[in-house]
Amino acid sequence: FAQTGSVSGRVLDSKKEGIPGATVLIEGTSLGSSSNVDGTYNIQNVPAGSQTLVISFVGFNTVRRPVTVVAGQNTEVSADLSENTTQLSEAIVVGYGTQRRQDVTGAVATVDSKQFVQGQVTNPEQLIQGKVAGVSITTAGGAPGTGTTIRIRGNSSLNANSDPLYVIDGVPVDKDGINGASNPLSLINPSDIETFTVLKDASATAIYGNRASGGVILITTKKGLQGEKLRVELNSQVGVSTVARRYENLSADEFRSLIQTNGAPSQVATLGTANTNWQNEIFRTAGTYDNTVSLIGSVAKTPFRVSYGNLYQEGIVITNKLKRNSGSISVSPTLLDNHLRIDVNAKGSIVDNRFVDYGNVANAALYDPTQPVTSTESRYSRYGGYYQFTNAVGQPLGNASGNPVAALNNTSDVSTVKRLIGNVQFDYKIHGIEGLRANLNLGVDMARSKGSKTIAATDFGTFNTNSSDPGLNGSSYQYAQDKDMKLLEAYLAYGKQVGGTKFDVQVGHAYQSFVNEGPNFLTYRLNLDTLVNRKEVLTVPGFYSKSVLLSYFGRATANVRDKYLLTATLRNDQTSRFRPGYRSGWFPALGLAWRVKNEDFLKDNTLFSELKLRAGYGRTGQQDIGGAYDTQPRYVISGSTTTYPLGNTPGTVVPTYSPQGYNAVLTWETTNTYNAGLDMGFLDNRLTATIDVYQRTASDLLALVNESAGSNLTNQLNKNIGSLRNRGVELGLNYGILRSESLNWDVNLNGAYNVNKISDLGQQVEGFKGYKVGGIGGGTGNTIQTQSVGYPSNSFFAAQQVYGADGRPVEGLYVDRNSDGTINDLDYIYYKQPAPLVTLGFSSNLTYKKLIFAFTMRSNLGNYAYNANAANLGNYANAQGSTLFVNNLNPDVRNTGFTRQQLFSDYYLQNASFLRCENISLGYNVGKVFGASTLRVTANVQNAFLVTKYKGVDPEVFNGIDTNFYPRARTFTLGLALGF
Amino acid sequence: LFGLSTSCTKDLDQTPKYELTPDKVFVNLAGYKQVLAKLYGGFALTGPSGPGSGDIVGIDAGTSDYIRQWWSAAELTTDEAVIAWNDPGVQEWHRMNWDATNPLTRGLYSRLYYEIAICNEFIREATDDKLSSRVAGSELAQGKLFRAEARFLRAVAYSHVIDLYGNGPFVTDKDAVGAGLPPYATRQALYNFVESELLALTTELAPARSNEYGRVDQAAASGMLARLYLNANVYTGTPQYAKAAEYAKKVVDAGYTLSTTPSASAPISAYGRLFLADNNMAPASNEIIWPVIFDVNSVQSYGGTTFIVNGSTSGSDANWQRIVGQSTGWGGLRTTRALFDKFFLAGGDTTRDRRGRFYTRNQSLEINDLSQFTQGLGVLKFRNVNSAGVGQGAPLNFSSVDFPMLRLADMMLIYAEAATRGSADRATALGYVNQIRARAFNNAAGSAITDAQMTSDFILDERARELHWEGTRRSDLIRYNRFVESAYLWPWKGGVAAGQGVDAKFKLFPIPAADLTANPSLKQNPGY
Repeated sequence: FAQTGSVSGRVLDSKKEGIPGATVLIEGTSLGSSSNVDGTYNIQNVPAGSQTLVISFVGFNTVRRPVTVVAGQNTEVSADLSENTTQLSEAIVVGYGTQRRQDVTGAVATVDSKQFVQGQVTNPEQLIQGKVAGVSITTAGGAPGTGTTIRIRGNSSLNANSDPLYVIDGVPVDKDGINGASNPLSLINPSDIETFTVLKDASATAIYGNRASGGVILITTKKGLQGEKLRVELNSQVGVSTVARRYENLSADEFRSLIQTNGAPSQVATLGTANTNWQNEIFRTAGTYDNTVSLIGSVAKTPFRVSYGNLYQEGIVITNKLKRNSGSISVSPTLLDNHLRIDVNAKGSIVDNRFVDYGNVANAALYDPTQPVTSTESRYSRYGGYYQFTNAVGQPLGNASGNPVAALNNTSDVSTVKRLIGNVQFDYKIHGIEGLRANLNLGVDMARSKGSKTIAATDFGTFNTNSSDPGLNGSSYQYAQDKDMKLLEAYLAYGKQVGGTKFDVQVGHAYQSFVNEGPNFLTYRLNLDTLVNRKEVLTVPGFYSKSVLLSYFGRATANVRDKYLLTATLRNDQTSRFRPGYRSGWFPALGLAWRVKNEDFLKDNTLFSELKLRAGYGRTGQQDIGGAYDTQPRYVISGSTTTYPLGNTPGTVVPTYSPQGYNAVLTWETTNTYNAGLDMGFLDNRLTATIDVYQRTASDLLALVNESAGSNLTNQLNKNIGSLRNRGVELGLNYGILRSESLNWDVNLNGAYNVNKISDLGQQVEGFKGYKVGGIGGGTGNTIQTQSVGYPSNSFFAAQQVYGADGRPVEGLYVDRNSDGTINDLDYIYYKQPAPLVTLGFSSNLTYKKLIFAFTMRSNLGNYAYNANAANLGNYANAQGSTLFVNNLNPDVRNTGFTRQQLFSDYYLQNASFLRCENISLGYNVGKVFGASTLRVTANVQNAFLVTKYKGVDPEVFNGIDTNFYPRARTFTLGLALGF
Repeated sequence: LFGLSTSCTKDLDQTPKYELTPDKVFVNLAGYKQVLAKLYGGFALTGPSGPGSGDIVGIDAGTSDYIRQWWSAAELTTDEAVIAWNDPGVQEWHRMNWDATNPLTRGLYSRLYYEIAICNEFIREATDDKLSSRVAGSELAQGKLFRAEARFLRAVAYSHVIDLYGNGPFVTDKDAVGAGLPPYATRQALYNFVESELLALTTELAPARSNEYGRVDQAAASGMLARLYLNANVYTGTPQYAKAAEYAKKVVDAGYTLSTTPSASAPISAYGRLFLADNNMAPASNEIIWPVIFDVNSVQSYGGTTFIVNGSTSGSDANWQRIVGQSTGWGGLRTTRALFDKFFLAGGDTTRDRRGRFYTRNQSLEINDLSQFTQGLGVLKFRNVNSAGVGQGAPLNFSSVDFPMLRLADMMLIYAEAATRGSADRATALGYVNQIRARAFNNAAGSAITDAQMTSDFILDERARELHWEGTRRSDLIRYNRFVESAYLWPWKGGVAAGQGVDAKFKLFPIPAADLTANPSLKQNPGY
């Protein structure tokens, strides 16, 4: 009856000594074993047939060995592992090196490719959406390659950058935007990524001192393995996307009758006879294909991987698309008798975008539905036959918006962006001194972008009433940008075992420079010859900035008998942004851990397979605010449209010189983080749990605050003022609910609770309500949020709506909190916050034989959003803004009956808590077929459903102001993974 | 590694490539003049990098223009102008219920002190020592003139602080950038400073009518002094009408002349030509003592006369737009019947006063709802057409009309007002008034008034007729005790349709809460 055999053997290091504790797995199963003290292992009940052994151990390269198992027999397979200092499957990449997971003292989470979000993922960060406690990832909407905001444990700063630092294969990349790419990370092919490691607390991040206040995300790309035979992998996906949730508005018939009842005669006369659903006209079913082919293997003991990816993705709004060609190479030769290891990584991509103006998306919701998309009337011929709001002779009506279909088709907003991230890292184990090694890392991150926005002559918005020459209509504008980051890092590391204690120390130096430059351009008419402003000249040929960071860092770790762990780091950073005397910052950190499980009293406990207590403190810094030269006196040369011609000499442009305000004493914002954590494993780690509590306080907050009038050359300056605090709890659970030969079920549950509060903003007078932020439409300079002491950052600040007996809001009636007879700031209330209080993620992965069923859900709770669409359009006056044309309404007008905009009513602040099913995927491992060694097919749906009470387009808007939103798509994908 | 580190350390000292450090700016007279142009341009422009850019923050960039804000404070608060928009704080101007957190009164304050700060910076770089080390001998005199002009512009900004806020922070070229919190100065102290500066400048500036277009001369200093003295009783409690008359007359006698030539080709009245796109040329330029220059192509902002022309024009009435020379309209500014009615004297003018031109088609005289642009008459005064009637705006729709900060007719009326208050010669005054009225009525018979008719109240109304929408109305009403008082009402004064008196505190604007926060040495004005 025996259909199984066994495999045994020995795992050796390069000196032919046995490696204890190495993991040996039968690939594709949960069968495996650990090696004994002498390196021997034995796996029973292995299904007969061809199998692959995967042998791995911390600090060594993983080895794969084919084996043919014969039923009822033992097969002997031994393997030599070579040491690996950077790429560890069971190790965690930390700043400037790796650590065994069990030795980590800080709050660190990893997500590897098996756990990634499946389906059409265009931007790398979407791979881990909902997967890590305390990491909130919010895309800006449904456009391909759109920007993403990532917050690790809440907003870390007020005005300075709160984004995490990305370190890709050891290169801290430029995280600022590139013109022409909505998201700089979209230039990286997610298929190349192996793991994400998120460093959350400062005891882990402080080694990156200068930019680590927002947390650090370490990205490792896929690599070849030593001794591996050559493999070809092909991943191919096709997908279709549709709009998941639309703007609400009135149907053509509802709208027509409303205007006929309430409109002025001149407005009723403008109504057309069409029934146009403008959203149907601008949304489409969009197609996507995404292919990656990679070659992985090892030639002459040199592991390598090369890949090529090709993505074409259409947006769900007409004309919107993205095309990406990407390539990556990684080679890791080992020289000098295994003493010198060289890692070469290069990732390059070329992305072609065609953008759309989100205003046109929102405009489709309000454009008059009784008008046709196109018309044969002669007055529209100058608009290419598109219907437009014009007078009888075809001239645009004042304040009228353009036909959204025409505006989208008439605008070609395209860009081509190239990016290359590359580094070469030398790791040299110094001959003669055991345990000492030197590491040199040289890296670049270069981006070249150019783009143009061309608006056709038939466009409504740029129609030139003065001229009949079509060449003088429309417009054309171009832009270009070059970005160059250069990196040099060098460190020395020394490790020594003294008795039961293992010490590691390292010291290093880093230099990083960022150059951002490009030419300036003027805007031309469509004939590309006539300037829109004929007298305009370029007074400043381009833009340029360079900033430099110079750092020294050190780390010491001690591991006492695998029970007591200590990590101490210290970093000094200097930045060119600040003036001498203010540019140096010190960032220390200390992490302690106690592996209780290894104490004698727990050694034989079978309930706990891991029990570790962690505590850490660390300080990180922030300098990323304003321009590169903001702390020094300087004069801006004016553009030619804003000169001042003393002497009345028209025609000659003499630019003016404007002195700029500056704060010469600006210095580091520092963030102190305390973190305590508990790692637990049960049932041989089938159930693991991690709990962290933290407090993070930013002080000397870099904030844009008022400067006393007359004392500087501006009225607001970035200063070091005040403080901001985040406190929270995080929980991560992984549970292998079912474990058997044919049925496995794993779930991951993570949750985080974060409370953000501004604790100080410098001196204030009584009655100061805070710094207004969060601009909204409906007038110039309107805001709905504030930064105020005692409240979360970006708290909503609104008038308190009074409701009638029928439960409906009473138009224009607000609570007069100070009873002075008028409603103004003094009566406004701080009401809710845009950031979620609680974020939850839930992933499930069920395999039954060759079937895989997985899904990811995530939820935000306690976040509110300002429904700007309802506030702007949910009133009768908006429909009748002009006597000569009418606009559609938000149906919320039925609930309020408002005749005018009530922009500041807290009625429009709506609970935007939600539960979103990020993806559902079903896969089947076909196995060997058509000469391929593996074939897997998957079917996916992303954004499968959304549960929310929120009434606007989408509750998930990062800043909480839901305006001009590009709706998220629902995407169905079919995928194919082939291996040869 | 050590050598590497040293060179790296040097790399921390970065300097801009397309912006200039001060050592590259003040190298010759041309460099000085490019900064001086910024000081003058501070009244017209909102920022250096196109019309959407802003020198100051905390207020919408386009709204932050000096003239737009100062004009709004001086005109929207009175019977001469109302506004339709919904921008934060903008309705408070006319309803007279602003407070210390109003973003617009704060924006205005920030703009005034920004101008003062950049003037101080220039004056610091233009000391005798620095000038003589950087500028060649023959150009030294020009450099000193530049410095005097910077002092003039600073004095103007301070005079507006005195007029609008009363008291406030006091900084001069003696206080370096970022040196510390400016001390608080009373209205009297600021008055003394401005008076002494302007008195000195009546000789230090270029002689009247000898400077380049757009730059100020001794007559401008006298003109600002005349305005300061005219309102001295409000500012300090001590009337100075005789001095007001003295300095007004200095300007009248300095060589500027009233524009009395109508344009035959359009036709456009002699008065109307003062507010057209070519008012930088004679005859208008003979009357305007200090113009703030605007140009459709090269001096663009969403303030100044672009705000006044576009803001007072309908967005949907192409005929109206054609009359003002634009292809757009922002649908905001109108006037009340209080101004309209001033063009019909008791007893009645028999011929038409050319100064009162209103757009009436589809506009109602009465205002039931301030936010409706069609309620209230349009004012056709500032128009972006040239003297031949040709529109200058489209397609860019910025204005080329220069704004008259100081104008001869104002000086004549200051003299006349001083005469009615017993501090100047009535016969001379009557001559001035009737010159102005003769032009207003295109020399038609019956325009002249008699000595008996020339009362103090008559002058107030005559100022409204002659100078409406030129930024003097608020000061005039305060001086006549008609700004907050219920003795004189206009539509929607105090926020009600019929008008009502308001608290006397509204004669001054509050020091913005933002600056009280930033500078604890300041004191809030009474009542706020």
